[in-house]
Amino acid sequence: MTASPSPRRPTVALFVTCLVDAMRPTIGFAAVKLLEDAGCEVVVPPGQTCCGQPAFNSGDTADAAALAKQVIAEFEPYDFLVAPSGSCAGQIAKHYPELFAEGDPWRARAESLAAKSHELVSFLVEQMGVSSTGARFDGAVTYHDSCSGLRELGVQAQPRKLLAAIEGLTLTEMKDPDVCCGFGGTFAVKYSDLSGAIVEKKVGTIEETGAATVLAGDLGCLMNMAGRLTRNGSKVEVRHVAEVLAGMADGPAIGRGEGE
Amino acid sequence: MKVTTPAFKEKATEAMRDPILQKALGNVERGFVAKRKKGAASLPEFEELRDAARDLKIHVLKHLDLYLEAYERKVIASGGKVHWAESAEDARRIVTDICKRLGAKTVTKGKSMITEEIALNDHLEAEGIRPVETDLGEYIIQLRGEHPSHIIAPAVHLTKEQVASDFRRVHDHLAPDRDLTEPTTLLSEARTVLRREFQVADVGITGANFLIAETGTSVIVTNEGNGDLTQTLPKAHVVLASIEKIVPTLEDVDTLMRVLARSATGQEMSVYTTFSTGPRRSDDPDGPGEYHVVLLDNGRSSMLGTEFEDMLRCIRCGACMNHCPVYQQIGGHAYGWVYPGPMGSVLTPTLVGIEKTGHLPNASTLCGRCESVCPMRIPLPRMMRAWRAREWEKALNPGTQRFGLKLWAFLAKRPALYRLAARAGRWGLGWLAGGRGRIARLPLGGGWTRHRDMPAPQGATFMDRWAAGERPSRPTPSQTEAQS
Repeated sequence: MTASPSPRRPTVALFVTCLVDAMRPTIGFAAVKLLEDAGCEVVVPPGQTCCGQPAFNSGDTADAAALAKQVIAEFEPYDFLVAPSGSCAGQIAKHYPELFAEGDPWRARAESLAAKSHELVSFLVEQMGVSSTGARFDGAVTYHDSCSGLRELGVQAQPRKLLAAIEGLTLTEMKDPDVCCGFGGTFAVKYSDLSGAIVEKKVGTIEETGAATVLAGDLGCLMNMAGRLTRNGSKVEVRHVAEVLAGMADGPAIGRGEGE
Repeated sequence: MKVTTPAFKEKATEAMRDPILQKALGNVERGFVAKRKKGAASLPEFEELRDAARDLKIHVLKHLDLYLEAYERKVIASGGKVHWAESAEDARRIVTDICKRLGAKTVTKGKSMITEEIALNDHLEAEGIRPVETDLGEYIIQLRGEHPSHIIAPAVHLTKEQVASDFRRVHDHLAPDRDLTEPTTLLSEARTVLRREFQVADVGITGANFLIAETGTSVIVTNEGNGDLTQTLPKAHVVLASIEKIVPTLEDVDTLMRVLARSATGQEMSVYTTFSTGPRRSDDPDGPGEYHVVLLDNGRSSMLGTEFEDMLRCIRCGACMNHCPVYQQIGGHAYGWVYPGPMGSVLTPTLVGIEKTGHLPNASTLCGRCESVCPMRIPLPRMMRAWRAREWEKALNPGTQRFGLKLWAFLAKRPALYRLAARAGRWGLGWLAGGRGRIARLPLGGGWTRHRDMPAPQGATFMDRWAAGERPSRPTPSQTEAQS
């Protein structure tokens, strides 16, 4: 450590996200490692479940507001809320205030939490000034911009910046990395054929890059792309960008078992 | 026009399986998207112009009544007549009355989505009046008995081979061995055929891109010049426009025009921009003897003051549909009414009711690409969500969907119970995966696994592992040093 006075370590409450919790805990642990390495104190509030996006995007605003209150109460004591997902972070940072009327005390609380809620990678770069995570990854990767992170939170340059600093990694851009993969939450199930056609187009552009790995910052999109790639018999591996940035990309990729 | 939106899913799937349509739709993505990008990039102040355009329309919508009345006074002062049409039926009656009074047999038409909205052609035909579409794309689909599949490129769903074959079928007086392989040959054939129609037309009907309150002027932008012939040659020019087309001044038209063509086709401006003020004056060399404006409401004023008011800023450039991953897959007809793509998904439920059009605001990933290219910065995803909320309130969505969501919300609101459910869920999925990394067929989850595998969960949930004290491996001291 240097002798210069260091500010108090910020306390970051990790919003794990329901998908990471159930499907791919590695992303959660990678997030914790990245945040701690960046100098944060990380806590995982135990009362968290889901940010409420499925309700919000289905028009069930009452349940969306109830879940928002749960998240607000659970996370407001901390310096920051950070989520390894642009869509969950976007829900909290951009949409929570919309759920409460002007004058409702929850509106002010929602706005206050919104102001300190961030997507993981942009938080590392913009709030913590991280320019390199010190990890190593051998091979070519391509990066998909998940829609909510990109358009609601401006997550685009930050992951590329940190990926560029990874030793051994080359980033090969796909055509239209900023075009939707077709996931869209319940859309993928309700409009199955449409979603399938959109993701087929997406994996085509991924394959064209020749990269062995595709990365993104949202597990929903990753599961969609991984599911289509394995269905097509593709060799391309799918991982959350945090796994690579944290140097935790040694286990099986999404949709792959041990040795697959 | 009949609303076929309830069959959206079937029509969408059909569209995705249609190789000719898919070939034609390639042009939307390769053509419009790339051109808009270039057009926007060529103007350093484009983003500021979008802000100015948005603010201008926000202002107009706040004072719509005042501007409309000011506009009417100017139209009257220039010798024209304004007709207020509250409903589609009113508008149809007004137009057919004008045509009948003038003894019209043939009516030429410039491109107008409003006339599609009120199904004007069907009604004119029922009155024994022959409408002739003069925009090339509209002319083609009229020959085919179809409706536009795009608001600025009505025949974008067709290939030039299809058009050539329609021309051979309909223009049977022309040499059968003529060359129809190029768009230019198709265009010149249509031009030749249409020239005679312009000469015999009794009434010309156009839409309007803008109505200027300051001068009582209607403005149309076209790339073929057909609009000019439509409105100048006949006895009467009838402008059909919806009430939100109003702008205060000529200067304001300039602001909107600078974002319109760039967003639509990437052009700096369209080839023809025509300003019409009143009928022919005594010293004018040409022009229509009568000038009528039919101002259509058809439900729009009910959007004022609601969460859908922003939709009235739309200037009909089509950028939202060009950039929509769903539109790019299925084209415009699957949406089942006049206005396709994201703008239609917001507007159509207003005009024909959410009961019949519930698919529209739902068949979207809410990716937000539409809003990111909309010159008027219309929050289309937010309004699609607003429609979903209206549907939810009215319990219009399928019962299974509501039940599933309510069950999930019940659990998500109870963290302890949710943990148990998450545990059960990951066990179940793990069992189905049987040691593999994915599941090929998910019971009750066919919507997902029809087109993709379901990745299997890694094992115990994050929350369980964290509660059990698991932490990520610590970095080496040298790494920590390097980053501090």
